Amino acid sequence: MEIRIDNLTKKFGDVVGVEDLTLHIDDGEFVAFLGPSGCGKTTTLLTLAGIYKPTEGLIRFGDRVVNTVQPKDRNIGMVFQSYALYPHMTIFQNIAYPLKLKKTPKKAQNEQVRQVANVMGIGELLDRRPGQLSGGQQQRVALGRALVKEPDVLLFDEPLSNLDARLRLTMRGEIKHLQKNLGITSIYVTHDQVEAMTMADRIAVMNLGQLQAFDAPDELYDRPKTLFVAGFVGNPPMNFIDVDVSQSNGQCVAAADSIQLPVGKERGEPPAGYAGTVVMGIRPEDITIADDGNVNGEIFLVEPLGREDLIDVRVGPHSFILLADTDKQHRAGERVALKFDMTQAQFFDPQTERSLLWN
Amino acid sequence: MSQPDTNPKSSAALVQSRRNALRSYLSAYGFMAPAGVLVIIFFLIPVAIVLYLSVTNLASSNFTSDLAKMEFIGLKNYRTLFNDQFARKIFFNTIFYVLVTLSIFNVGLALIVSLLTTHIDRGAGFVFRALWILPRITSPVVYILIWKRMSAEAPFGILNQINEALGQPTFNYLSTNPWVFVVVVNGFIGVSFGMIIFTSAIESIPKDLLNASLVDGSSRMQRIRYVILPLIRWPLLFVVTYQTLSLLTSFVEIQLLTDGGPGLYRTEVWSLTAYHRALSNYFGNAQWGYGSAFAVLLVMIGVVLAVIYMRVFRFDELIAEPRVEAL
Ligand SMILES: Nc1ncnc2c1ncn2[C@@H]1O[C@H](COP(=O)(O)OP(=O)(O)OP(=O)(O)O)[C@@H](O)[C@H]1O
Ligand SMILES: [Mg+2]
Repeated sequence: MEIRIDNLTKKFGDVVGVEDLTLHIDDGEFVAFLGPSGCGKTTTLLTLAGIYKPTEGLIRFGDRVVNTVQPKDRNIGMVFQSYALYPHMTIFQNIAYPLKLKKTPKKAQNEQVRQVANVMGIGELLDRRPGQLSGGQQQRVALGRALVKEPDVLLFDEPLSNLDARLRLTMRGEIKHLQKNLGITSIYVTHDQVEAMTMADRIAVMNLGQLQAFDAPDELYDRPKTLFVAGFVGNPPMNFIDVDVSQSNGQCVAAADSIQLPVGKERGEPPAGYAGTVVMGIRPEDITIADDGNVNGEIFLVEPLGREDLIDVRVGPHSFILLADTDKQHRAGERVALKFDMTQAQFFDPQTERSLLWN
Repeated sequence: MSQPDTNPKSSAALVQSRRNALRSYLSAYGFMAPAGVLVIIFFLIPVAIVLYLSVTNLASSNFTSDLAKMEFIGLKNYRTLFNDQFARKIFFNTIFYVLVTLSIFNVGLALIVSLLTTHIDRGAGFVFRALWILPRITSPVVYILIWKRMSAEAPFGILNQINEALGQPTFNYLSTNPWVFVVVVNGFIGVSFGMIIFTSAIESIPKDLLNASLVDGSSRMQRIRYVILPLIRWPLLFVVTYQTLSLLTSFVEIQLLTDGGPGLYRTEVWSLTAYHRALSNYFGNAQWGYGSAFAVLLVMIGVVLAVIYMRVFRFDELIAEPRVEAL
């Protein structure tokens, strides 16, 4: 089912939930809504589900405008962060509930519930009540209940955020696998960017009720269109520094205090053409500690992450986060030279916060 | 893991912690003591006295200053009661009054009002509920005066003035339809209790659960039936039980409105009889012993009903079984 959201605005009195959101989702696509707390992800989802009525704008499922369609007539499956299992029903009754409401015959209900339960690996739990299950099991029941009615659209509201890291990893894979197999158009809300990056075909990044970007994961990572997206996507986050970019003899240089960084023409010319200071962004993996580095600094902090060390290097008033091999055994206070891979540098207009490179 | 030898907690420390536990027990009882004393003085002792009175012939006609002369007559009061032709009528009056008021108003209307006011705008819902509380917070005498004014005979009664204005015949409502007024008057008071309990129960159901039901394909009515009502079963049981008992024992409004009339015991209920017999006999003879027998039976009926309710609502199912991990 293709979903087209056009200029959607939802207000609660004076509070803006989402503002002027336009998003076209293809049939069978897996889209993640990514954004910090309170940015309007749940509001958008509940509006799609028909729980909230849009204040303005149009929502279309296929060719049908669904703005005023009741939730029960939308054929949507939804998984809530709190799982929202009915505590007074057994697991069987929970999963069968959507079928019972559709007046599916008892025998068919029984078959479908058992089939879904087996796919979800909860076949043995059908006689229990939700209170007697672990978080992961409840999660599977919630997913089963959403799938059993063979929905046209699946909505997930942070379905994994209450699980431990390990379980989250397996469930992530299972959900993705299931979605691809069934080909159900899905929207997945999360503020965990790893989840968004690994699962989604495209990611909608939201902030303060507005859409910041809507792109494939690697596009967002390699070619962020706004400062917010650049800073929000990627872990550890991108380093930002105010620089002046100048061009002389066909050679561009980004400069800030004592730091002088030559930039290739392709990336250097747009910021050089900008009158005034711009914001330069560079990812931690594009900075290395190397003897032939041209920026000298001092290590301020070393945080071991296991596989590698996260190192905070201070250069004058500036601070850079980078990653280094643990066997290099860097220590705080050590003086190091840094090498910047300027072919990966990003530049942003400090006023509009838009990228000077990609638009 | 446990190695008692190296455990720094010595036996002295153990004794100390036991002493602390004991002390906290004692202070807990200390805090409960004032309430406990009140319950004993103002409930348990009076109950015992009433029980005792019900097996004596104490009445104002044979009352002397020498209480020792009071005669123990065993179950004679109870035998009289069971052979009293009016006791039968009053018994069925009571059942009728409690059942009708409870089901239509104290539970039925309370449930409807709380469901309606939780499905509309919050502010409006609050206003409607506040209106329903008015009958309860109005003093019974004032409240009954209002109803008497409304139901009075022409040309005084408000209802009859409306009848006259519309060219309809007028009625003496309290003598033609006393039960309607007894039930409505008590019912309007009774709605607010259940309404408050049900509303707070409905509002404490997690929003996600209510949304999930709609997404799963329920209409709002189906959501009430399959999700909301089962989830407020415990408050429902509580209100049914509690309101049955309070209706059984309430009589002030009936006393003020009809005083059990018109005629012989037309709207007389059990608790009002206990009062009439023991404290306000028409013939000037207060039959304390006989009245107490009525009171004792009322308490017994109440206890039996409470137990039956708990069985019918299957209390044990409200308690979840212990959690057992599958993996
Ligand atoms: N029912 C409501 N009434 C009033 N304001 C609301 C309501 N629901 C959401 N809001 C407001 O709308 C904004 C967006 O909320 P929303 O729940 O969509 O955020 P979110 O992106 O899902 O955040 P989180 O990651 O914390 O779940 C917030 O400012 C919130 O306070
Ligand atoms: Mg949310």
